Amino acid sequence: MLEFAFMQRALLAAILVGAVCGTLGFFIILRRLAFIGVGISHSAIGGVAIGLLLGIDPLITAGIFAIAVALGIAVVRKRADLSEDAVIGVFFSGSMALGIVLFSMNHGYQQDLFGYLFGNVLALSTTELWLLAGAGLVVVATIVLALREMLFIAFDEEVARAYGRPVDLLNSLLLVLVAVTVIIGVRLVGVLLIEALLVVPAATAALWTNNFRSQIVLSAGLGSACGVAGLAGAYWLDIAAGGSIVLAAVILFFSSVLIRGRG
Amino acid sequence: MSDGSIIETDAANRPAPGTTVVGVRNVCVDVAGRSVLRDITFDVPAGQFVGLVGPNGAGKTTLLKTILGLIEPKFGHIELFGSSGPRRGREAHSVGYVPQRHAIDRNFPATVRDVVMMGRLCCLGPIGRPRRADWKQVDDMLDTVGIADLRARNIGQLSGGEQRRAMLAQALCASTRLLVLDEPTIGLDLPAEHDFYSLLRQLQADLGLTIVAVSHDLVALAGEADALICINGHMHIHGNPDDVVHSHAIREAYSCEFNFLAGELALHEGGGDHDH
Repeated sequence: MLEFAFMQRALLAAILVGAVCGTLGFFIILRRLAFIGVGISHSAIGGVAIGLLLGIDPLITAGIFAIAVALGIAVVRKRADLSEDAVIGVFFSGSMALGIVLFSMNHGYQQDLFGYLFGNVLALSTTELWLLAGAGLVVVATIVLALREMLFIAFDEEVARAYGRPVDLLNSLLLVLVAVTVIIGVRLVGVLLIEALLVVPAATAALWTNNFRSQIVLSAGLGSACGVAGLAGAYWLDIAAGGSIVLAAVILFFSSVLIRGRG
Repeated sequence: MSDGSIIETDAANRPAPGTTVVGVRNVCVDVAGRSVLRDITFDVPAGQFVGLVGPNGAGKTTLLKTILGLIEPKFGHIELFGSSGPRRGREAHSVGYVPQRHAIDRNFPATVRDVVMMGRLCCLGPIGRPRRADWKQVDDMLDTVGIADLRARNIGQLSGGEQRRAMLAQALCASTRLLVLDEPTIGLDLPAEHDFYSLLRQLQADLGLTIVAVSHDLVALAGEADALICINGHMHIHGNPDDVVHSHAIREAYSCEFNFLAGELALHEGGGDHDH
């Protein structure tokens, strides 16, 4: 399958996105942020719709919109006397509703919408691949630099705060990283399925090892492996690449539960 | 146990004896619109081990968090080491904090060494990578609190007493001069509680630490601390433990009589709601 240039690009994207999602996914699992991930990723639909309507690259507007939603969740979560779930639910459903209303204003966008919802990695251009690699590098480098600080906050946020660590800044940064990663992954698996790549490889890695260093490396490796396996499956079985990649990750997770279940 | 030479909190770093390390000045705190602390004022001199006691709901934990800067007082202020401004970075860690803790997630993916290293983050460079000297400091502190052999174990696999010691090492592994503990012996059996207090007294002497500890266990703390402060929303009494436990003020605060010889207390009236 690698005789085609578009398949080579797709394969590189799958490896890259899988590794970035797996790395960030470690903190999504550790901080129990899975629902925030769903909220931010689904809210990107609103940004895609704005981009298509205004004639701007939808990935740019989706990126800005997702970061705004991530910061909005962080601010409202801190200020409002509401449960976190409720705040995320408001942002999540509000952004999706905005996207649906904007799409309904022009039926000609529905084909584009399908690509953003479920991914269209085979249409990835070389420029997009480079942008994706650059953004992915920024996400991974940020996590590596802030690793121990973020681990401290996950262990005990109150003690970290008492010791003057920049807890609010790092919490917001984590949500912004989720937003950036969602945009990185939209081309591969789409807005609706990117959450799976943030959660499933990291959850699988947590079944195999209980050290943060090995969990991050294994999670990134599993993310890439599922990307490659899913893409190959999509090619040979002629099925949708996004769904195939996520299914590969889910199969690996349940296999790990059967072998390593903690009981 | 190792000697004191490995500890950063050396003699030059210690506050002079008699100077005030914690100054609580007319502090009033509201939580969710309800007045929890009213006009609390006291001093903790350098090198003293002060026990903070009071019945459930007295506001002991709220006062501790106010001292730590986690809660803003409505009125009044806190002075630490003679200064009342916000503390940043390395200076923030001149105060070590061992919080009340029920249980650490048994699958938390970090070793005891990694958890203790969290206490040294203020001392690391901008890239945040521990150097060999930082790891040595962590290992020495684990040796000091007596769990050096557990350093490679995951934190969630330790017993409650061992986890408490790990948190103590974390609180002490930077330039710590004041140690603040919230219910440090809760959940420990009597021998483990005795061992923990002995360790605290030894650290107080070796490192010149000033210690403020909250406990619901008045009897145990009275036997260990240099001074007791009893609050119940407001100040009831501050003095040496012997005077405090035999005072009328403490019976009033707890609404009960104490029989220390029998190690029992007899409730006269009222109970108390949850602690804040």
